[in-house]
Amino acid sequence: MEIDPFIFRLSIFILSIFVGYYVVWSVTPSLHTPLMSVTNAISSVIIVGAIIAALAGYSDSILSISSIFGYAAIILAAINIFGGFLVTQRMLQMYKKKKNKK
Amino acid sequence: MISANLSAIFYLVSGILFILALRGLSSPDTSRQGNYFGIAGMLIAIAVTFLSIGNFSISLVYVFIFLIIGGAIGSFIAFRIPMTAMPELVAGFHSLVGLAAVFVAIAAFLNPTVFNLGAPGDIKLASLIEMSIGAAVGAITFSGSIIAFLKLRGIMSGAPITFVGQHYLNLILGLAIISLIIFLCNSQSANIFWSVIFLSFLIGVLIIIPIGGADMPVVISMLNSYSGWAAAGIGFTLENTALIITGALVGSSGAILSYIMCKAMNRSFFSVILGGFGADASSISTKDNKEQKPVKSGNAEDAAFLMKNASSVIIVPGYGMAVAQAQHALREMVDKLKKNDIKVTYAIHPVAGRMPGHMNVLLAEANVPYDEVFELEDINNDFANADVAFVIGANDVTNPVAKTDPKSPIFGMPVLDVEKTKSVLFVKRSLSPGYAGIDNELFYKDNTLMLFADAKKMTEDIVKNLD
Repeated sequence: MEIDPFIFRLSIFILSIFVGYYVVWSVTPSLHTPLMSVTNAISSVIIVGAIIAALAGYSDSILSISSIFGYAAIILAAINIFGGFLVTQRMLQMYKKKKNKK
Repeated sequence: MISANLSAIFYLVSGILFILALRGLSSPDTSRQGNYFGIAGMLIAIAVTFLSIGNFSISLVYVFIFLIIGGAIGSFIAFRIPMTAMPELVAGFHSLVGLAAVFVAIAAFLNPTVFNLGAPGDIKLASLIEMSIGAAVGAITFSGSIIAFLKLRGIMSGAPITFVGQHYLNLILGLAIISLIIFLCNSQSANIFWSVIFLSFLIGVLIIIPIGGADMPVVISMLNSYSGWAAAGIGFTLENTALIITGALVGSSGAILSYIMCKAMNRSFFSVILGGFGADASSISTKDNKEQKPVKSGNAEDAAFLMKNASSVIIVPGYGMAVAQAQHALREMVDKLKKNDIKVTYAIHPVAGRMPGHMNVLLAEANVPYDEVFELEDINNDFANADVAFVIGANDVTNPVAKTDPKSPIFGMPVLDVEKTKSVLFVKRSLSPGYAGIDNELFYKDNTLMLFADAKKMTEDIVKNLD
Protein backbone atom coordinates (compact mmCIF):
# COMPACT_ATOMS: atom_id res chain seq x y z
CA MET A 1 0.00 0.00 0.00
CA GLU A 2 1.29 3.44 -0.90
CA ILE A 3 1.61 6.31 1.51
CA ASP A 4 -0.59 9.29 0.77
CA PRO A 5 1.57 12.34 -0.14
CA PHE A 6 -0.43 14.24 2.46
CA ILE A 7 1.41 12.27 5.15
CA PHE A 8 4.74 13.51 3.81
CA ARG A 9 3.52 17.10 3.92
CA LEU A 10 2.20 16.54 7.42
CA SER A 11 5.63 15.20 8.45
CA ILE A 12 7.33 18.27 7.03
CA PHE A 13 4.83 20.45 8.89
CA ILE A 14 5.32 18.73 12.25
CA LEU A 15 9.11 18.67 11.94
CA SER A 16 9.10 22.36 11.00
CA ILE A 17 7.12 23.17 14.13
CA PHE A 18 9.87 21.52 16.15
CA VAL A 19 12.60 23.32 14.21
CA GLY A 20 10.71 26.58 14.75
CA TYR A 21 10.36 25.86 18.45
CA TYR A 22 14.09 25.42 19.01
CA VAL A 23 15.17 28.19 16.66
CA VAL A 24 12.81 30.75 18.17
CA TRP A 25 13.82 29.95 21.75
CA SER A 26 17.38 30.77 20.79
CA VAL A 27 16.39 34.22 19.53
CA THR A 28 17.69 36.86 21.92
CA PRO A 29 14.85 38.78 23.63
CA SER A 30 16.24 42.11 22.46
CA LEU A 31 15.50 41.04 18.88
CA HIS A 32 11.89 40.01 19.44
CA THR A 33 10.50 42.95 17.51
CA PRO A 34 12.62 42.23 14.40
CA LEU A 35 11.63 38.56 14.83
CA MET A 36 7.98 39.53 14.49
CA SER A 37 8.54 41.74 11.48
CA VAL A 38 10.67 39.13 9.70
CA THR A 39 8.19 36.32 10.38
CA ASN A 40 5.61 38.65 8.89
CA ALA A 41 7.68 39.04 5.78
CA ILE A 42 8.38 35.36 5.30
CA SER A 43 4.80 34.27 5.90
CA SER A 44 3.98 36.38 2.85
CA VAL A 45 5.54 33.61 0.78
CA ILE A 46 1.82 32.95 0.38
CA ILE A 47 2.37 35.15 -2.68
CA VAL A 48 3.25 31.97 -4.60
CA GLY A 49 -0.40 30.93 -4.36
CA ALA A 50 -1.48 34.39 -5.42
CA ILE A 51 0.77 34.29 -8.48
CA ILE A 52 -0.56 30.88 -9.53
CA ALA A 53 -4.13 32.15 -9.17
CA ALA A 54 -3.41 35.36 -11.04
CA LEU A 55 -1.68 33.65 -13.97
CA ALA A 56 -4.45 31.11 -14.33
CA GLY A 57 -6.52 33.26 -16.67
CA TYR A 58 -5.93 32.80 -20.39
CA SER A 59 -5.62 35.72 -22.77
CA ASP A 60 -9.36 35.79 -23.42
CA SER A 61 -10.25 35.89 -19.74
CA ILE A 62 -7.42 37.60 -17.91
CA LEU A 63 -9.80 39.02 -15.38
CA SER A 64 -11.70 36.01 -14.20
CA ILE A 65 -12.96 36.32 -10.64
CA SER A 66 -10.36 33.96 -9.26
CA SER A 67 -7.49 35.79 -10.92
CA ILE A 68 -8.79 39.10 -9.57
CA PHE A 69 -8.49 37.64 -6.07
CA GLY A 70 -5.02 36.53 -7.09
CA TYR A 71 -4.02 40.04 -8.14
CA ALA A 72 -5.41 41.51 -4.93
CA ALA A 73 -3.49 38.95 -2.88
CA ILE A 74 -0.32 39.81 -4.82
CA ILE A 75 -0.60 43.46 -3.81
CA LEU A 76 -1.21 42.56 -0.15
CA ALA A 77 1.62 40.05 -0.01
CA ALA A 78 4.01 42.35 -1.86
CA ILE A 79 3.35 45.16 0.63
CA ASN A 80 4.22 42.73 3.37
CA ILE A 81 7.30 41.25 1.74
CA PHE A 82 8.91 44.58 0.91
CA GLY A 83 7.65 46.33 4.04
CA GLY A 84 8.57 43.42 6.31
CA PHE A 85 12.10 42.80 5.08
CA LEU A 86 12.96 46.49 4.74
CA VAL A 87 11.69 47.51 8.16
CA THR A 88 13.54 44.54 9.67
CA GLN A 89 16.71 45.62 7.90
CA ARG A 90 16.20 49.17 9.14
CA MET A 91 15.83 47.97 12.72
CA LEU A 92 18.77 45.57 12.61
CA GLN A 93 20.98 48.32 11.23
CA MET A 94 20.41 50.25 14.44
CA TYR A 95 21.71 47.54 16.76
CA LYS A 96 25.30 48.50 17.43
CA LYS A 97 27.91 47.32 19.88
CA LYS A 98 29.76 49.63 22.19
CA LYS A 99 32.65 51.27 20.42
CA ASN A 100 35.96 50.19 21.88
CA LYS A 101 37.33 53.50 22.98
CA LYS A 102 37.65 55.76 26.01
CA MET B 1 9.01 25.54 -17.48
CA ILE B 2 10.66 23.39 -14.85
CA SER B 3 9.42 20.08 -13.55
CA ALA B 4 7.27 19.78 -10.46
CA ASN B 5 9.98 17.81 -8.68
CA LEU B 6 12.65 20.40 -9.35
CA SER B 7 10.44 23.23 -8.17
CA ALA B 8 9.60 21.26 -5.01
CA ILE B 9 13.34 21.06 -4.29
CA PHE B 10 13.68 24.80 -4.76
CA TYR B 11 10.75 25.43 -2.42
CA LEU B 12 12.51 23.28 0.14
CA VAL B 13 15.65 25.41 -0.29
CA SER B 14 13.69 28.57 0.31
CA GLY B 15 12.09 27.00 3.39
CA ILE B 16 15.57 26.26 4.74
CA LEU B 17 16.70 29.81 4.01
CA PHE B 18 13.75 31.03 6.10
CA ILE B 19 14.86 28.83 8.99
CA LEU B 20 18.35 30.36 8.70
CA ALA B 21 16.77 33.83 8.68
CA LEU B 22 15.25 33.18 12.10
CA ARG B 23 18.41 31.47 13.30
CA GLY B 24 20.35 34.63 12.52
CA LEU B 25 18.33 36.53 15.08
CA SER B 26 20.01 34.67 17.92
CA SER B 27 22.50 37.53 18.09
CA PRO B 28 22.55 41.07 16.66
CA ASP B 29 25.86 40.26 14.92
CA THR B 30 24.39 37.56 12.72
CA SER B 31 20.93 39.08 12.36
CA ARG B 32 21.59 41.17 9.27
CA GLN B 33 23.00 38.18 7.46
CA GLY B 34 19.89 36.27 8.54
CA ASN B 35 17.68 38.88 6.96
CA TYR B 36 19.52 38.44 3.64
CA PHE B 37 18.89 34.70 3.85
CA GLY B 38 15.21 35.50 4.25
CA ILE B 39 15.21 37.79 1.22
CA ALA B 40 17.06 35.15 -0.84
CA GLY B 41 14.50 32.53 0.18
CA MET B 42 11.68 34.78 -0.92
CA LEU B 43 13.33 35.55 -4.29
CA ILE B 44 13.84 31.84 -4.95
CA ALA B 45 10.24 31.00 -4.08
CA ILE B 46 8.83 33.71 -6.34
CA ALA B 47 11.20 32.95 -9.24
CA VAL B 48 10.45 29.23 -9.08
CA THR B 49 6.72 29.92 -9.12
CA PHE B 50 7.05 31.92 -12.34
CA LEU B 51 9.25 29.26 -13.93
CA SER B 52 6.97 26.39 -12.98
CA ILE B 53 3.95 28.01 -14.58
CA GLY B 54 5.69 28.60 -17.87
CA ASN B 55 2.50 29.50 -19.65
CA PHE B 56 3.00 33.25 -19.91
CA SER B 57 0.02 35.19 -21.13
CA ILE B 58 -0.55 38.90 -21.00
CA SER B 59 -1.59 38.46 -17.35
CA LEU B 60 2.10 38.26 -16.46
CA VAL B 61 2.30 42.00 -17.10
CA TYR B 62 -0.49 42.57 -14.61
CA VAL B 63 1.26 40.38 -12.06
CA PHE B 64 4.41 42.50 -12.31
CA ILE B 65 2.46 45.74 -12.17
CA PHE B 66 0.71 44.64 -8.97
CA LEU B 67 3.97 43.34 -7.51
CA ILE B 68 5.56 46.73 -8.12
CA ILE B 69 2.59 48.63 -6.70
CA GLY B 70 2.58 46.50 -3.55
CA GLY B 71 6.36 46.66 -3.27
CA ALA B 72 6.35 50.44 -3.59
CA ILE B 73 3.68 50.83 -0.90
CA GLY B 74 5.54 48.42 1.39
CA SER B 75 8.89 50.14 0.91
CA PHE B 76 7.36 53.54 1.46
CA ILE B 77 5.83 52.41 4.74
CA ALA B 78 9.03 50.67 5.85
CA PHE B 79 11.13 53.79 5.44
CA ARG B 80 8.64 56.26 6.84
CA ILE B 81 7.35 54.46 9.90
CA PRO B 82 8.65 55.83 13.22
CA MET B 83 10.05 53.15 15.51
CA THR B 84 7.52 54.03 18.21
CA ALA B 85 4.79 52.89 15.82
CA MET B 86 6.21 49.40 15.31
CA PRO B 87 3.43 47.62 17.23
CA GLU B 88 0.66 48.98 15.02
CA LEU B 89 2.76 48.42 11.91
CA VAL B 90 3.22 44.76 12.79
CA ALA B 91 -0.49 44.42 13.57
CA GLY B 92 -1.27 46.00 10.21
CA PHE B 93 1.08 43.63 8.42
CA HIS B 94 -0.53 40.65 10.14
CA SER B 95 -3.90 41.73 8.81
CA LEU B 96 -2.49 41.78 5.28
CA VAL B 97 -1.13 38.23 5.57
CA GLY B 98 -4.51 37.11 6.87
CA LEU B 99 -6.41 38.77 4.04
CA ALA B 100 -3.99 37.46 1.42
CA ALA B 101 -4.56 33.94 2.80
CA VAL B 102 -8.32 34.45 2.49
CA PHE B 103 -7.98 35.70 -1.09
CA VAL B 104 -5.77 32.80 -2.15
CA ALA B 105 -8.21 30.35 -0.57
CA ILE B 106 -11.10 32.00 -2.44
CA ALA B 107 -9.17 31.87 -5.71
CA ALA B 108 -8.42 28.19 -5.12
CA PHE B 109 -12.07 27.50 -4.34
CA LEU B 110 -13.33 29.26 -7.46
CA ASN B 111 -10.72 27.86 -9.81
CA PRO B 112 -9.41 24.60 -8.33
CA THR B 113 -8.21 23.29 -11.69
CA VAL B 114 -5.09 25.50 -11.80
CA PHE B 115 -4.08 24.35 -8.36
CA ASN B 116 -4.61 20.69 -9.27
CA LEU B 117 -7.35 20.28 -6.69
CA GLY B 118 -10.10 18.88 -8.90
CA ALA B 119 -12.89 20.66 -10.77
CA PRO B 120 -15.19 23.41 -9.46
CA GLY B 121 -17.94 21.72 -7.46
CA ASP B 122 -15.83 18.60 -7.20
CA ILE B 123 -12.85 19.63 -5.14
CA LYS B 124 -10.82 16.95 -3.38
CA LEU B 125 -12.07 16.47 0.17
CA ALA B 126 -8.69 17.02 1.85
CA SER B 127 -8.05 20.18 -0.17
CA LEU B 128 -11.47 21.51 0.72
CA ILE B 129 -10.81 21.04 4.43
CA GLU B 130 -7.34 22.57 4.14
CA MET B 131 -8.50 25.62 2.21
CA SER B 132 -11.44 26.29 4.52
CA ILE B 133 -9.17 26.09 7.56
CA GLY B 134 -6.69 28.40 5.82
CA ALA B 135 -9.47 30.81 4.90
CA ALA B 136 -11.06 30.75 8.36
CA VAL B 137 -7.80 31.29 10.25
CA GLY B 138 -6.78 33.93 7.71
CA ALA B 139 -10.06 35.77 8.19
CA ILE B 140 -9.73 35.68 11.98
CA THR B 141 -6.16 36.99 11.66
CA PHE B 142 -7.35 39.78 9.37
CA SER B 143 -10.22 41.14 11.42
CA GLY B 144 -8.48 40.54 14.75
CA SER B 145 -5.39 42.41 13.57
CA ILE B 146 -7.49 45.29 12.33
CA ILE B 147 -9.00 45.68 15.81
CA ALA B 148 -5.53 45.38 17.40
CA PHE B 149 -4.26 48.00 14.95
CA LEU B 150 -7.09 50.40 15.79
CA LYS B 151 -6.51 49.93 19.53
CA LEU B 152 -2.74 50.42 19.27
CA ARG B 153 -3.15 53.43 17.03
CA GLY B 154 -5.52 54.95 19.58
CA ILE B 155 -8.35 55.22 17.06
CA MET B 156 -10.27 52.77 19.21
CA SER B 157 -10.15 52.92 22.99
CA GLY B 158 -7.75 50.44 24.58
CA ALA B 159 -10.34 49.66 27.24
CA PRO B 160 -11.78 46.16 27.01
CA ILE B 161 -15.24 45.93 25.47
CA THR B 162 -17.24 43.24 27.21
CA PHE B 163 -20.89 42.25 27.21
CA VAL B 164 -23.00 39.54 28.75
CA GLY B 165 -22.79 36.16 27.06
CA GLN B 166 -19.74 37.17 25.07
CA HIS B 167 -17.93 33.90 25.60
CA TYR B 168 -21.02 31.87 24.74
CA LEU B 169 -21.47 33.85 21.56
CA ASN B 170 -17.85 33.15 20.57
CA LEU B 171 -18.31 29.49 21.38
CA ILE B 172 -21.47 29.27 19.27
CA LEU B 173 -19.78 31.07 16.38
CA GLY B 174 -16.78 28.73 16.64
CA LEU B 175 -18.99 25.66 16.56
CA ALA B 176 -20.98 27.15 13.68
CA ILE B 177 -17.79 27.59 11.64
CA ILE B 178 -16.76 23.99 12.27
CA SER B 179 -20.16 22.58 11.33
CA LEU B 180 -20.33 24.78 8.23
CA ILE B 181 -16.98 23.37 7.11
CA ILE B 182 -18.40 19.86 7.54
CA PHE B 183 -21.46 20.83 5.47
CA LEU B 184 -19.16 22.38 2.90
CA CYS B 185 -17.34 19.07 2.47
CA ASN B 186 -20.61 17.37 1.58
CA SER B 187 -22.23 20.04 -0.53
CA GLN B 188 -19.28 21.95 -2.07
CA SER B 189 -21.65 24.92 -1.98
CA ALA B 190 -20.08 28.34 -2.56
CA ASN B 191 -22.59 30.01 -0.24
CA ILE B 192 -21.42 27.93 2.68
CA PHE B 193 -17.82 28.78 1.85
CA TRP B 194 -18.68 32.51 1.95
CA SER B 195 -20.50 32.02 5.27
CA VAL B 196 -17.44 30.35 6.79
CA ILE B 197 -15.34 33.36 5.79
CA PHE B 198 -17.93 35.85 7.02
CA LEU B 199 -18.33 34.18 10.42
CA SER B 200 -14.55 34.00 10.78
CA PHE B 201 -14.26 37.74 10.17
CA LEU B 202 -16.88 38.26 12.85
CA ILE B 203 -15.25 36.01 15.42
CA GLY B 204 -11.87 37.70 14.82
CA VAL B 205 -13.41 41.01 15.88
CA LEU B 206 -15.17 39.48 18.87
CA ILE B 207 -12.04 37.75 20.14
CA ILE B 208 -9.95 40.91 20.23
CA ILE B 209 -12.38 43.59 21.49
CA PRO B 210 -12.51 42.33 25.12
CA ILE B 211 -8.71 42.39 25.45
CA GLY B 212 -7.33 45.45 27.20
CA GLY B 213 -4.47 47.70 26.14
CA ALA B 214 -2.01 46.23 28.63
CA ASP B 215 -2.38 42.80 27.10
CA MET B 216 -1.50 44.00 23.61
CA PRO B 217 1.95 42.32 23.59
CA VAL B 218 0.17 38.97 23.94
CA VAL B 219 -2.41 39.83 21.30
CA ILE B 220 0.19 40.82 18.72
CA SER B 221 2.18 37.64 19.36
CA MET B 222 -0.98 35.57 19.14
CA LEU B 223 -2.02 37.11 15.83
CA ASN B 224 1.53 36.53 14.60
CA SER B 225 1.02 32.88 15.37
CA TYR B 226 -2.39 32.80 13.65
CA SER B 227 -0.97 34.33 10.48
CA GLY B 228 1.51 31.45 10.42
CA TRP B 229 -1.15 28.77 10.81
CA ALA B 230 -3.21 30.41 8.06
CA ALA B 231 -0.20 30.30 5.75
CA ALA B 232 0.40 26.65 6.64
CA GLY B 233 -3.24 25.81 5.86
CA ILE B 234 -2.89 27.37 2.43
CA GLY B 235 0.46 25.59 2.05
CA PHE B 236 -1.28 22.23 2.44
CA THR B 237 -3.88 23.24 -0.14
CA LEU B 238 -1.24 24.30 -2.64
CA GLU B 239 0.98 21.36 -1.74
CA ASN B 240 3.80 23.83 -1.35
CA THR B 241 6.70 22.93 0.96
CA ALA B 242 8.01 26.49 1.34
CA LEU B 243 4.62 27.64 2.57
CA ILE B 244 4.17 24.69 4.94
CA ILE B 245 7.62 25.16 6.50
CA THR B 246 7.16 28.91 6.82
CA GLY B 247 3.69 28.56 8.28
CA ALA B 248 4.96 26.14 10.92
CA LEU B 249 7.92 28.41 11.77
CA VAL B 250 5.81 31.54 12.09
CA GLY B 251 3.08 29.70 13.94
CA SER B 252 5.43 28.34 16.57
CA SER B 253 7.34 31.62 16.78
CA GLY B 254 4.17 33.54 17.60
CA ALA B 255 3.09 30.90 20.08
CA ILE B 256 6.42 31.07 21.92
CA LEU B 257 6.29 34.86 22.05
CA SER B 258 2.75 34.72 23.46
CA TYR B 259 3.97 32.29 26.08
CA ILE B 260 6.93 34.50 27.04
CA MET B 261 4.66 37.55 27.30
CA CYS B 262 2.07 35.72 29.42
CA LYS B 263 4.77 34.47 31.72
CA ALA B 264 6.24 37.94 32.09
CA MET B 265 2.84 39.15 33.24
CA ASN B 266 2.13 36.05 35.31
CA ARG B 267 -1.14 35.61 33.50
CA SER B 268 -2.44 32.46 31.93
CA PHE B 269 -3.00 32.53 28.21
CA PHE B 270 -6.70 31.85 28.69
CA SER B 271 -7.24 34.71 31.09
CA VAL B 272 -5.72 37.06 28.51
CA ILE B 273 -7.93 35.67 25.77
CA LEU B 274 -11.04 35.88 27.90
CA GLY B 275 -10.09 39.50 28.45
CA GLY B 276 -11.54 42.24 30.59
CA PHE B 277 -8.30 42.91 32.52
CA GLY B 278 -7.58 46.49 33.52
CA ALA B 279 -11.19 47.65 33.62
CA ASP B 280 -12.47 46.27 36.90
CA ALA B 281 -9.20 46.37 38.83
CA SER B 282 -8.84 50.16 38.65
CA SER B 283 -12.08 50.84 40.45
CA ILE B 284 -11.25 48.64 43.44
CA SER B 285 -7.78 49.52 44.55
CA THR B 286 -7.27 53.18 43.69
CA LYS B 287 -10.21 54.58 45.64
CA ASP B 288 -9.31 53.45 49.15
CA ASN B 289 -5.63 54.19 48.74
CA LYS B 290 -6.26 57.78 47.81
CA GLU B 291 -5.93 59.10 51.39
CA GLN B 292 -2.92 61.17 50.32
CA LYS B 293 0.19 59.36 51.44
CA PRO B 294 3.22 61.63 51.57
CA VAL B 295 5.22 61.74 48.37
CA LYS B 296 8.57 63.38 47.85
CA SER B 297 8.69 65.25 44.63
CA GLY B 298 11.64 66.98 43.10
CA ASN B 299 12.79 68.85 40.04
CA ALA B 300 15.40 68.36 37.36
CA GLU B 301 18.06 70.01 39.48
CA ASP B 302 17.64 67.51 42.32
CA ALA B 303 17.69 64.63 39.87
CA ALA B 304 20.84 65.89 38.19
CA PHE B 305 22.51 66.32 41.58
CA LEU B 306 21.63 62.80 42.66
CA MET B 307 22.89 61.22 39.48
CA LYS B 308 26.08 63.28 39.33
CA ASN B 309 27.07 61.95 42.73
CA ALA B 310 26.23 58.37 41.91
CA SER B 311 28.73 55.82 40.72
CA SER B 312 26.23 53.60 38.97
CA VAL B 313 22.83 54.33 37.45
CA ILE B 314 20.28 51.89 36.07
CA ILE B 315 17.72 53.21 33.61
CA VAL B 316 14.30 51.53 33.54
CA PRO B 317 12.44 52.58 30.40
CA GLY B 318 8.78 51.83 29.72
CA TYR B 319 6.03 52.64 27.33
CA GLY B 320 5.79 56.22 28.63
CA MET B 321 9.26 56.85 27.21
CA ALA B 322 8.07 55.75 23.79
CA VAL B 323 4.94 57.92 23.97
CA ALA B 324 6.96 60.98 24.96
CA GLN B 325 9.65 60.16 22.34
CA ALA B 326 12.18 60.65 25.12
CA GLN B 327 14.71 58.05 23.98
CA HIS B 328 17.02 60.54 22.26
CA ALA B 329 17.03 62.95 25.20
CA LEU B 330 17.66 59.97 27.46
CA ARG B 331 20.67 58.95 25.42
CA GLU B 332 22.02 62.49 25.71
CA MET B 333 21.61 62.36 29.47
CA VAL B 334 23.42 59.02 29.64
CA ASP B 335 26.29 60.39 27.54
CA LYS B 336 26.75 63.23 30.01
CA LEU B 337 26.71 60.80 32.93
CA LYS B 338 29.26 58.56 31.28
CA LYS B 339 31.59 61.51 30.80
CA ASN B 340 31.57 61.81 34.58
CA ASP B 341 32.66 58.16 34.80
CA ILE B 342 29.29 56.95 36.02
CA LYS B 343 28.38 53.43 35.05
CA VAL B 344 25.05 53.39 33.23
CA THR B 345 23.04 50.35 32.20
CA TYR B 346 19.50 49.79 31.02
CA ALA B 347 17.06 47.28 32.51
CA ILE B 348 14.24 46.05 30.31
CA HIS B 349 11.20 44.16 31.47
CA PRO B 350 9.82 41.69 28.88
CA VAL B 351 6.47 43.48 28.70
CA ALA B 352 7.78 47.03 28.70
CA GLY B 353 6.26 48.64 25.64
CA ARG B 354 3.43 47.40 23.50
CA MET B 355 5.13 44.48 21.80
CA PRO B 356 7.95 42.03 22.58
CA GLY B 357 11.34 43.72 22.34
CA HIS B 358 9.87 47.15 21.62
CA MET B 359 12.09 49.02 24.13
CA ASN B 360 15.23 47.44 22.71
CA VAL B 361 14.44 48.77 19.26
CA LEU B 362 13.75 52.26 20.57
CA LEU B 363 17.01 52.33 22.50
CA ALA B 364 18.89 50.98 19.51
CA GLU B 365 17.34 53.76 17.44
CA ALA B 366 18.72 56.29 19.91
CA ASN B 367 22.17 54.73 19.37
CA VAL B 368 22.34 52.96 22.69
CA PRO B 369 24.80 50.05 22.25
CA TYR B 370 22.95 46.79 22.73
CA ASP B 371 25.52 45.45 25.16
CA GLU B 372 24.48 48.09 27.71
CA VAL B 373 20.89 46.89 27.61
CA PHE B 374 19.94 44.00 29.89
CA GLU B 375 16.94 41.76 30.33
CA LEU B 376 15.20 41.38 33.66
CA GLU B 377 16.87 38.20 34.86
CA ASP B 378 20.34 39.42 33.91
CA ILE B 379 20.21 42.71 35.75
CA ASN B 380 17.81 42.22 38.64
CA ASN B 381 20.58 41.46 41.13
CA ASP B 382 22.42 44.66 40.22
CA PHE B 383 19.74 46.95 41.61
CA ALA B 384 20.91 46.30 45.18
CA ASN B 385 24.37 47.64 44.29
CA ALA B 386 23.26 50.56 42.18
CA ASP B 387 23.08 54.12 43.50
CA VAL B 388 20.26 55.47 41.37
CA ALA B 389 17.44 53.84 39.43
CA PHE B 390 15.97 56.16 36.83
CA VAL B 391 12.47 54.95 35.99
CA ILE B 392 11.15 56.64 32.89
CA GLY B 393 7.69 55.78 31.62
CA ALA B 394 7.51 52.41 33.36
CA ASN B 395 5.24 51.69 36.29
CA ASP B 396 3.64 48.30 36.89
CA VAL B 397 6.84 46.43 36.02
CA THR B 398 8.56 48.06 39.02
CA ASN B 399 5.74 47.63 41.52
CA PRO B 400 7.02 45.72 44.58
CA VAL B 401 3.44 44.76 45.39
CA ALA B 402 3.80 41.95 42.87
CA LYS B 403 6.18 40.30 45.35
CA THR B 404 4.44 41.13 48.60
CA ASP B 405 0.66 41.28 48.27
CA PRO B 406 -1.04 38.04 47.21
CA LYS B 407 -4.30 39.94 46.73
CA SER B 408 -2.86 42.24 44.10
CA PRO B 409 -3.89 41.49 40.52
CA ILE B 410 -0.26 41.50 39.47
CA PHE B 411 0.96 39.28 42.32
CA GLY B 412 3.52 36.80 41.07
CA MET B 413 4.47 38.83 38.05
CA PRO B 414 8.26 39.09 37.80
CA VAL B 415 9.21 42.72 38.49
CA LEU B 416 12.39 44.74 38.43
CA ASP B 417 13.78 45.14 41.97
CA VAL B 418 13.95 48.90 41.65
CA GLU B 419 13.18 49.47 45.35
CA LYS B 420 16.55 47.94 46.33
CA THR B 421 18.56 50.80 44.86
CA LYS B 422 19.79 53.55 47.19
CA SER B 423 17.56 56.13 45.54
CA VAL B 424 14.88 55.94 42.91
CA LEU B 425 14.00 58.69 40.45
CA PHE B 426 10.54 58.24 39.01
CA VAL B 427 9.62 60.30 35.95
CA LYS B 428 5.86 60.36 35.64
CA ARG B 429 3.12 62.78 34.70
CA SER B 430 1.07 62.19 37.85
CA LEU B 431 0.47 59.68 40.61
CA SER B 432 -2.12 57.87 38.49
CA PRO B 433 -1.82 54.11 38.45
CA GLY B 434 -0.53 52.25 35.42
CA TYR B 435 -2.37 49.99 33.02
CA ALA B 436 -3.02 47.32 35.62
CA GLY B 437 -4.86 50.02 37.57
CA ILE B 438 -3.02 49.54 40.83
CA ASP B 439 -1.16 51.96 43.04
CA ASN B 440 2.61 51.67 43.08
CA GLU B 441 4.07 51.49 46.62
CA LEU B 442 7.32 52.69 45.24
CA PHE B 443 5.95 56.23 44.95
CA TYR B 444 5.73 56.55 48.72
CA LYS B 445 9.08 55.11 49.73
CA ASP B 446 11.55 57.37 51.52
CA ASN B 447 14.22 56.91 48.93
CA THR B 448 11.96 57.71 46.00
CA LEU B 449 11.96 61.09 44.39
CA MET B 450 9.05 61.72 42.04
CA LEU B 451 9.71 63.90 39.02
CA PHE B 452 6.30 65.02 37.81
CA ALA B 453 6.65 66.04 34.17
CA ASP B 454 6.57 64.87 30.62
CA ALA B 455 9.35 62.31 30.20
CA LYS B 456 11.03 64.09 27.33
CA LYS B 457 10.89 67.55 28.88
CA MET B 458 12.16 66.31 32.25
CA THR B 459 15.04 64.43 30.65
CA GLU B 460 16.03 67.50 28.65
CA ASP B 461 15.95 69.62 31.80
CA ILE B 462 18.15 67.12 33.60
CA VAL B 463 20.61 67.25 30.70
CA LYS B 464 20.82 71.03 31.11
CA ASN B 465 21.40 70.69 34.84
CA LEU B 466 24.17 68.16 34.36
CA ASP B 467 26.46 70.74 32.79
